[in-house]
Amino acid sequence: MAKGPYSDKVMDHFMNPRNMGEISDANGIGEVGNPACGDVMKIFLKINDDQVCEDVKFKTFGCGAAIASSSMATELMIGKKVEELLALTNQAIVDALDGLPPAKIHCSVMAEEAIEEALKNYFKSKGQDPAIVDEMKAKIKKEN
Amino acid sequence: MIYLDNVAGTKPDARVVEKMLPFYTEHYGNPSAHFYPIGREAFEAMEAARGEVASFINAKAEEIVFTSCGTESNNLAVKGFLKNPKNSGKHIIISEIEHFSVDTTVTKLINDGYQITKLKVDDSGLVNPDDLKKAIRKDTALVSIQHTNPEIGTIQYTDKLGAVCREAGVTFHVDAVAAAGFSELDVKALNCDMLSIASQNFYGPRGAAALYIRDGVKVSGLMDGGHQERGYRSGTENVPAIVGMGEAARIAKAEMGVWVPELVRLQKQLWDGLGGMFDFLHFTGNKDRRRPGHVSFWIEYIEGESLLMWLSLKGFACASGSACSSNILADDEEDLAASYVLTAVGVPSDICAGSLGMSMSKYNTQDDIDNVLKVMPETVQRLCEMSPMYNRK
Repeated sequence: MAKGPYSDKVMDHFMNPRNMGEISDANGIGEVGNPACGDVMKIFLKINDDQVCEDVKFKTFGCGAAIASSSMATELMIGKKVEELLALTNQAIVDALDGLPPAKIHCSVMAEEAIEEALKNYFKSKGQDPAIVDEMKAKIKKEN
Repeated sequence: MIYLDNVAGTKPDARVVEKMLPFYTEHYGNPSAHFYPIGREAFEAMEAARGEVASFINAKAEEIVFTSCGTESNNLAVKGFLKNPKNSGKHIIISEIEHFSVDTTVTKLINDGYQITKLKVDDSGLVNPDDLKKAIRKDTALVSIQHTNPEIGTIQYTDKLGAVCREAGVTFHVDAVAAAGFSELDVKALNCDMLSIASQNFYGPRGAAALYIRDGVKVSGLMDGGHQERGYRSGTENVPAIVGMGEAARIAKAEMGVWVPELVRLQKQLWDGLGGMFDFLHFTGNKDRRRPGHVSFWIEYIEGESLLMWLSLKGFACASGSACSSNILADDEEDLAASYVLTAVGVPSDICAGSLGMSMSKYNTQDDIDNVLKVMPETVQRLCEMSPMYNRK
């Protein structure tokens, strides 16, 4: 069959999304995008006392690339420490999906932003200043 | 695969393909070469096709110009008419739901000093003839309003719009590409001066289309070169495709009376079936004045491309007006935009995302519609479960 615009990995994650759903006792929730742009991505995190991502789930309103980006992001997140989550770039998601069409790169950017928002919400729920996420992110960028 | 994207082009009729083949293998002469048999055969077949196409829309053969596609016919109608020195006026009227090939063409003419009025449509996609009457000015050169909208299926009151133009003495072009083969087209009854049709939309091949130019209407060609198509369109004619178009026109004229009632019946089933399925599904276009076999709608909470992809995986080929699926091969996301047709009929732009069109042809069967109605609930349910917006209501 003729190949469509998406890689086999994107199609696999679109057809069989990993970690789709909600976490009722999540301690970090992030939502980005808006329906006017055609995408909304929501990420639910469960971070344990060792600051390790124990569980993550997503819900996405969006195109095939948006759904696959969310699904792949969750796979890359489980078992990672908070700093590692913040080091996860949209490019890493694109690479893990064997690429996205240029017009769809923004979907992977949304996934990165959703992780950031969820972590801000996590720090806030722990009584910490969510700005710590921006600081950590800036530091990681500088180091790379 | 069940093909439900017939506004994008129909499957060619087997009789059409059969009629075309000898023009690749035997009668491959250039129709301008009149002095040896294979040239003459090509010429005669092309002229026979012209007669069939003319008869299909109740025109005279000499009023038909063959082009390569619907877009070219629309370009020739608009720009070729304005280019002719006999025509004057710097004002053009179209509707806000025209096909790209009219909308973009006319919008670019602003650079050449033309003023454009885009008539509003009501929430079912209809242009009000009174609005057209009010919009016509002394310097109006041309009115171009489509017959059938491919995206929402709505059929305009073309004859009434034409009558308004006649009364005002303004030339009227009709883009009937999405209508041919589905609605009866009679250029006299429609009161039009020019009319575009494309072969691929009524079971003919790609690569052949036509512009009807009423006797007496002055149009200049857009391509310079030889004398082909009496100067309206220079360039060697695509004889096999034109022969195919002629055969498709002959078949359509003879058999539309059989297909159309069946398409109307299947359309009603699909419409009623989908309508009863979810209370968050909303139809687009006009329920009564619509292309036979065409059903279009949007669904809250879910996005069009995802729906399109799922239906494709399950074996259904449909169309979406979704921003996300609009131009997937674009270089960047700036080229993704929600459909202006859906925005014009009042669908909120955040919702255009979930729009879907299903357009049938004479080849679709009862089984096809039963199957669509069977897979839709599970497909929509799956995407709803994934959507962060679904439970918010």
